[in-house]
Amino acid sequence: MTIIEQLITSFIASAAFVIIFNGPKRSLFHCGLVGMVGWIFYFLLEANGMDMVLATVIASFSIAIASQYFAKKYKTPVIIYSVAGIIPLVPGGIAYNAMRNFVQNDYNLAINLAAKAFMISGSIAIGLVFSEVINQIIRKSKLKSIVNKSQ
Amino acid sequence: MEMERQETYDIMAVCLLAGKIMLQSGAETYRVEDTMMRIAASFGAHQSHPYVTPTGILFSVEGTEPTKTKLIRIIERTTDLEKVASVNGISRKISAGEFTIEEAYKELKKISESGSPYSLWVHVLAAAISSGCFLIMFRGSWGDFFPAFVTGGLGFLSLLYFHQLVPIKFFSEFSASLLIGLQALFFVSTGIGGELDKIIIGSVMPLVPGLLITNAVRDLMAGHLISGLAKGADAFLTAFAIGAGIAVTFSFL
Repeated sequence: MTIIEQLITSFIASAAFVIIFNGPKRSLFHCGLVGMVGWIFYFLLEANGMDMVLATVIASFSIAIASQYFAKKYKTPVIIYSVAGIIPLVPGGIAYNAMRNFVQNDYNLAINLAAKAFMISGSIAIGLVFSEVINQIIRKSKLKSIVNKSQ
Repeated sequence: MEMERQETYDIMAVCLLAGKIMLQSGAETYRVEDTMMRIAASFGAHQSHPYVTPTGILFSVEGTEPTKTKLIRIIERTTDLEKVASVNGISRKISAGEFTIEEAYKELKKISESGSPYSLWVHVLAAAISSGCFLIMFRGSWGDFFPAFVTGGLGFLSLLYFHQLVPIKFFSEFSASLLIGLQALFFVSTGIGGELDKIIIGSVMPLVPGLLITNAVRDLMAGHLISGLAKGADAFLTAFAIGAGIAVTFSFL
């Protein structure tokens, strides 16, 4: 039940976010899908006891792969899909709690949470970078095999 | 000679317009540079050097005559992914040789003058819906859906309103998040809402600089260090404005 709830809300939230960013109407459905895939990876991994940082890396990796697939298929910039995907992963809640503790003068806990938020934003970046690197390796190795065949 | 010079300037005008639209609409720096170089090359200017930063574009085209360089300033930046996609599509068509310089310029002009594909109320409704959905995703209860829906929608509307009132990003983001905090406090204190934290987190999500963060990362990855750092600073400032606005709310607790 929770999973279905999460699937539907993450789909709607990601698609609605693309509207806020004036995304193309025809890509709304795909953006929702990308957001849903990323969030469900994150949600399931985290619920099964995986570390938040590692779960974020895997989720953002899956988002980047899905975005690149859609971008290639529909010949649109990859950023349209990846933005929709990573929005749910942005550590808004942790950053909020950090800010709250800063204001309430609990600096120890605040620094703790802020470092965690920073780590998670870093891991979103790492996931995106990883898939980009793999994508380029695949593209280059394909190119090489074509060159080899023609020789 | 005169004819050729005219043509180089025309090519530059098309490239700069394309670059300007993309940069103003929130495209990544490497994409802007790549698009400009491709357009120039498909019109016959094979030696071109775009230098793109978030606040301006420098573009020079080499040829048989002395190198020509132009600079344009980018002051207003919004987010309009539809325009990024449209310019991308036009650049593909130019590369395929489907457009002359005049046609391309006309098409780009049309894109730059076109408004947002969604009306203001669709934007506000989208912000409201996404706020409610984020609340559920962050494991809030369905009873808090309505407070988050209203708070998120009104928060986003106030962001747009304040930005129109005083065109300083920091101010509008700060005021909008302050308003979100106060509304959430109101809902919780009247008993309509349950968890203050969850309502605030959900409602603040439409203001979160997600596009800037992804853009900054992708720019840094592509080696555009200045653009990446500038966008990162922009994202940090936005996050700080939101945090400060919410922090003020806590002083009312």
